[in-house]
Amino acid sequence: MATPATPVAPRPAAPPADPEAPPRRRRRRLARFMRNRAAVAGAIIVLIVIVAAILAPWLSPYDPVQASFMTVRQAPSAAHWFGTDELGRDVLTRLLWGARASLLAGVVSVGIAVAIGVPLGLAAGYFGGLVDGIVSRIADALLSIPFLILAIALAAFLGPSLTNAMAAIGISAMPRFVRLTRGQAISVKAEEYVEGARAIGLGHYRIIVRYVLPNVLPPIIVQASLTVAMAIIAEASLSFLGLGQLPPAPSWGSMLNTAKDFVSQAPWMSIFPGVAIFVAVLGFNLLGDGLRDALDPRES
Amino acid sequence: MLQVIANRLLVAVPTLILVSMLIFGLQKLLPGDPVLAMAGEDQDAQVIATLRAKYHLDEPVPVQYALWVRDVAHGDLGTSLRTDVPVTTLIAQKLPVTLQLAVMAMLFALGIGIPAGIVSAAYRGTALDYGANVFALSGMSIPNFWLGIMLIFLVSVRWHLLPSSGYVSPIDDFWLSIKTMLMPAFVLGAALGAQLMRHTRSAMLSVLSADYIRTARAKGLLRGRVIVRHAFRNALIPIVTVLALLFGELLAGAVLTEQVFTIPGFGKLVVDAVFNRDYAVVQGVVLVTALSFIVVNLAADVLYILLNPRLRRS
Repeated sequence: MATPATPVAPRPAAPPADPEAPPRRRRRRLARFMRNRAAVAGAIIVLIVIVAAILAPWLSPYDPVQASFMTVRQAPSAAHWFGTDELGRDVLTRLLWGARASLLAGVVSVGIAVAIGVPLGLAAGYFGGLVDGIVSRIADALLSIPFLILAIALAAFLGPSLTNAMAAIGISAMPRFVRLTRGQAISVKAEEYVEGARAIGLGHYRIIVRYVLPNVLPPIIVQASLTVAMAIIAEASLSFLGLGQLPPAPSWGSMLNTAKDFVSQAPWMSIFPGVAIFVAVLGFNLLGDGLRDALDPRES
Repeated sequence: MLQVIANRLLVAVPTLILVSMLIFGLQKLLPGDPVLAMAGEDQDAQVIATLRAKYHLDEPVPVQYALWVRDVAHGDLGTSLRTDVPVTTLIAQKLPVTLQLAVMAMLFALGIGIPAGIVSAAYRGTALDYGANVFALSGMSIPNFWLGIMLIFLVSVRWHLLPSSGYVSPIDDFWLSIKTMLMPAFVLGAALGAQLMRHTRSAMLSVLSADYIRTARAKGLLRGRVIVRHAFRNALIPIVTVLALLFGELLAGAVLTEQVFTIPGFGKLVVDAVFNRDYAVVQGVVLVTALSFIVVNLAADVLYILLNPRLRRS
């Protein structure tokens, strides 16, 4: 598998309480992000992919699924910019529609990972003790089965489909968020303002939501962006193996699965879906790196 | 120091238990009753009862789990439903193939990642650093199965330089074996090399700003000597941990690489098993993968303690 991004190291200490960052700081972060050309390029790429996915039906005159035996495996031309596939379907059209599967997989699986991982990590870091022990051991156990192997196993036992692939990717990515959030929560917990909140009698739930969560968010946002990149590759990998999006529905991974058998006769069928994955993943990786530099200058 | 190592080993015990529960639990995810599927069309009550007893499916789940753990501890991972061969035999047959791929890929990763990381840290902010970073980011963003397809197209189909697929045992023909494995190993190693470069760079950067490096330079030592003898040796310590973590990705990447280059290894075994609904094989492969990952990481942690003088003394 090409590569999950570098995990974000826990920050040494949290900034003072700022449930909502004051406008000045937010402006400074935005300015720092805008100065970073690679980050802006990443943001633009991500935007283009999102727009392509949403506007797919209007951007192309062709049908993504309907076979057309008059136009089988045609090289790129004015009518078909990226050529056609083994069933005569327009490759560019399928790429635009395939962006939906990729983005959906990226966002939904990271959503699952965050929704489970962050609360568990907060509880483990904030309460410590037995809660921490149990949560951390579960995270360790999940982490010791490599990402793609776990996803393959889950897809195998749950049956191949895009939904199951997303669930599998989400569950495999979850422990990263547990670990990251836990580490952050531990360092925030020791801050004076949390102690202050406890002294004035606020309950655990309110302290966690109002004081701990906002301060652990920046690194989680960074990790989420980098994990979307990883999830897009994971979805493409599972679809490539036949365990994700099932044909004829278009997905970049499954397009490559059929294309590899035609690589000598119709190389364009392989080239473009791969470039699409590369560009989308690069976009999220650049965005994640840029966010890290902007939100946490000490890291860079 | 022994205390630290002992603690680390102790923490691994609950992890191992949880992993085994997780993998045992996988088979419970399957919809339907496996025995009914095995019993065939007649659904003879006698046959069903015998099968249930044979696979201990008539016992409560905790007992089933205990029996399963007992079998696994005795090296019995069950038999393949498809070929009736013991899963351990299948894994033992395929493991050397994947091992050769993994070792060659690791050589590529180390050969590319570490020098690139050192150079990019030593020449921070220059064109060299920029180039190394572009390489790393691309390596991390290119799906390696696609890189494999493209290399097959260029190197094998167009230029006829290397074989496009298959496997030759090094015992039968050493050079042909290396030649056949060269492209898959590069594909698998490049992505790891990209990550290794990033980690080496950041480890080197944090070491290079340390006081003793300044002292060494002030003493008049040559820059190259300081970078290699003083900085790299210390940067190596965190890199050992990273390498162990990358081992998991190496195994996962092997699954895809073997699929692209039709190499009959561990990864091909598990993917074929998924499509044949050969669940015992899938379970066995996941178990062996997780165990080896845990062992490699334990070894790395112990090595980390041994390599780090500060921890050695305490």
